[in-house]
Amino acid sequence: MELLSLLSYGSEGWGDEILASIGVTISLALATLPFGLLLGFLLALGINSRESSLQISAKIFTTIFRGLPELLTLFIVYYGAQILGNFLFQTVFGTTIEINSFVAGMVALGFVFSAYASEVFLSAFKGISQGQYEGSAALGLSRFQTMRLVIIPQLIKLALPGLSNLWLILLKETSLVSVIGLADVVRITGVAARVEKEPFLFFSLACLIYLALTFLSSAGLEKIEKNARRGEVRS
Amino acid sequence: MSEAYVAQEMIAARPRPNEVRKADWTFARLLGSLSILFWIAAGIGLIVFLITSYDQSQIDKYAPRYFDGFLTTMKLVALSVSIGAVLSLPIAFGRMSSNKIVRNLSFGYIYFFRGTPLLAQLFLFYYGFGSFRHFWQDLNLWWFFRDAWSIALLSFSLNTAAYQAEILRGAIMNVPKGQHEGAASLGLPPMVTFFKIILPQALIVALRPYGNEIILMIKGSAVVSIVTIFDLMGHTRRAFSQTLDYQTYLYAAIFYLLVVEIMRRLWDLLEHRLTRHLRR
Amino acid sequence: MHFMKKLALTAATALMVSGAAQAADKLRIGTEGAYPPFNTLTKDGTLVGFDIDIANALCAEMKVECEFVVQDWDGMIPALMANKFDAVIASMSITEERLKKIDFSEKYYNTPPALAVPKDSDMKDASAASLKGKLVGAQSSTTHSEYAEKKLEGIELKLYPTPDEFKLDIEAGRLDAVIEDVTVLGEWLKSDKGSCCKMLTLLTPDPVINGKGAGVAVRKGETELANKFSAAIKALRANGKYKEINNKYFDFDVYGGE
Repeated sequence: MELLSLLSYGSEGWGDEILASIGVTISLALATLPFGLLLGFLLALGINSRESSLQISAKIFTTIFRGLPELLTLFIVYYGAQILGNFLFQTVFGTTIEINSFVAGMVALGFVFSAYASEVFLSAFKGISQGQYEGSAALGLSRFQTMRLVIIPQLIKLALPGLSNLWLILLKETSLVSVIGLADVVRITGVAARVEKEPFLFFSLACLIYLALTFLSSAGLEKIEKNARRGEVRS
Repeated sequence: MSEAYVAQEMIAARPRPNEVRKADWTFARLLGSLSILFWIAAGIGLIVFLITSYDQSQIDKYAPRYFDGFLTTMKLVALSVSIGAVLSLPIAFGRMSSNKIVRNLSFGYIYFFRGTPLLAQLFLFYYGFGSFRHFWQDLNLWWFFRDAWSIALLSFSLNTAAYQAEILRGAIMNVPKGQHEGAASLGLPPMVTFFKIILPQALIVALRPYGNEIILMIKGSAVVSIVTIFDLMGHTRRAFSQTLDYQTYLYAAIFYLLVVEIMRRLWDLLEHRLTRHLRR
Repeated sequence: MHFMKKLALTAATALMVSGAAQAADKLRIGTEGAYPPFNTLTKDGTLVGFDIDIANALCAEMKVECEFVVQDWDGMIPALMANKFDAVIASMSITEERLKKIDFSEKYYNTPPALAVPKDSDMKDASAASLKGKLVGAQSSTTHSEYAEKKLEGIELKLYPTPDEFKLDIEAGRLDAVIEDVTVLGEWLKSDKGSCCKMLTLLTPDPVINGKGAGVAVRKGETELANKFSAAIKALRANGKYKEINNKYFDFDVYGGE
């Protein structure tokens, strides 16, 4: 009973703080996603491009962000972006800017996400036959129209399983942001564990929260995937 | 005989179409050149920064520590990946077992370790299990759970075992059924069938995901620095806290990138060698 | 998609707002919030402690409005240099090493480091013989961790992000000793959570490592602000306000010798 009261709502227990921290974890992951997806898609286009300079640039990017530990990337962005941001803002606007841990986490995790997402998109591109492009060209569609109307709808379907996997990884990697001070699930449960001297209780709770999040995500993703495949003949 | 299908007149050859001239500066080329310029500038900037802030006394002090941290990281990864590989065998089998309880247990194990962050697992094992001192003392296991290094090794091994079990399971399922049937028709015992026929073929398929898993472990191992272990990341953070110099992180980044790239290339070579019988 | 857009927007505006917040004429004070009895966060998120009371009194004395920014200890000096706040009042010792990067006011207190050990420890003192091979915990980026590295010979040093973690570990029996400020250790040993352990010995501060006591840290070159703080500290000492705050937390004068 005593343990349960630690998890209650209000000033006695940690329930409300932990609930808020779940919100932080989810919003960080959700805020990273569109940014990472877009950048990943552009990187895939770059690697697929006939322009060799674009290919090389995109490959340098993915090599760097797939090779660095996420924790290190986070530190480099957190401190580096601050130094760089201050320098730029000082010279341009004469003021400074604060890169908070949320933004730093979003940028760092987004870079890593996009580096991996570009691979997923690349293999999805390979799954689209050349005939699709030729057919679009025959219909007189512009390159942009081809991409928007013909390629992307098929691409999404092909890339979804890989992207779902990356989403689950992203959700777990948000935990690293606790180290640079963002009040996410791991950080808040860690504070509670130290204050209440109940590390086992609170860290198990943290694990359970992540399990619930991954469970819900995979259930949702399965639905989306099913929806994306609804045009296919059932075998 | 209808003649409508036959051309009555010779169609004169037409001149070849005008060559489509591409603009010298397409958008893609512009973007590509700009981004290359950016990388070149970033590379030069990095080198200039590292040279201008070069300090022999700092290098003398921290280079051995970085190297020591690097060895710690490699030792941790090598040990936990090997232990994980051994552990992954029974887990993968459990997952494919016909016994419902065994199947669900291994599924639960895999789901837990793949569904939670490594950092949370490490905290749970280090601080969580560490709080049951008397229990471990009764079991005479306190020497193990007292030590940060052994806890880190334990949690990393259990974590990678879950991922490796899934890799192994996928690879074993990939081996065609005919291989089992063929082995059975030769009267081979199940153990021989598995180790001599199924596993070698499965490992070829699993080679690439195994390589990726090792790289993920090298990167993921950086979190042990948070539970007092001085791996490469731990020494880096300590050096940063003592010098407040940003280059400490840049050196670590170069170090990690080199290790991961070398690892990737070596693995490619290994794969090339091991699959040479499959190439034409 | 709308939800995601909103999120991206909030993230973007958060960046803008914090950029704009600089214009306000408040003095932003960085503190850690994990260092009882000097600065700590209560469960509902308010900062309390000696540092906090002193900071509020200093701001009142200087007639400026202050707001606190909580920052992990590891990143305290980088955050100050990156302009996330204007001053640090978080029991930061004035050391030679730190003076290379930032400036300080005069000290506002000075207490020595000490070693605490489990009650059943076989350690007698801080001699090299008794320290040999012992696991000693300290908070990283602190003078205490530097002291342990340079002065305590033969130990194996373990670094933790906050004192809370090494307290947890010595309570669990993982560490043979911890090194920390004597008042911080004293506060912890008095509580029932510190019942595992006892004070072993005070350590003789090393002037180079431990410096001249804790001061208010400001960015390099902001001498005017540092001087203002020094004057305010002097005023608090003179008008009895310091003694009032001191007595709320301690039964001796933490200011140390003049």
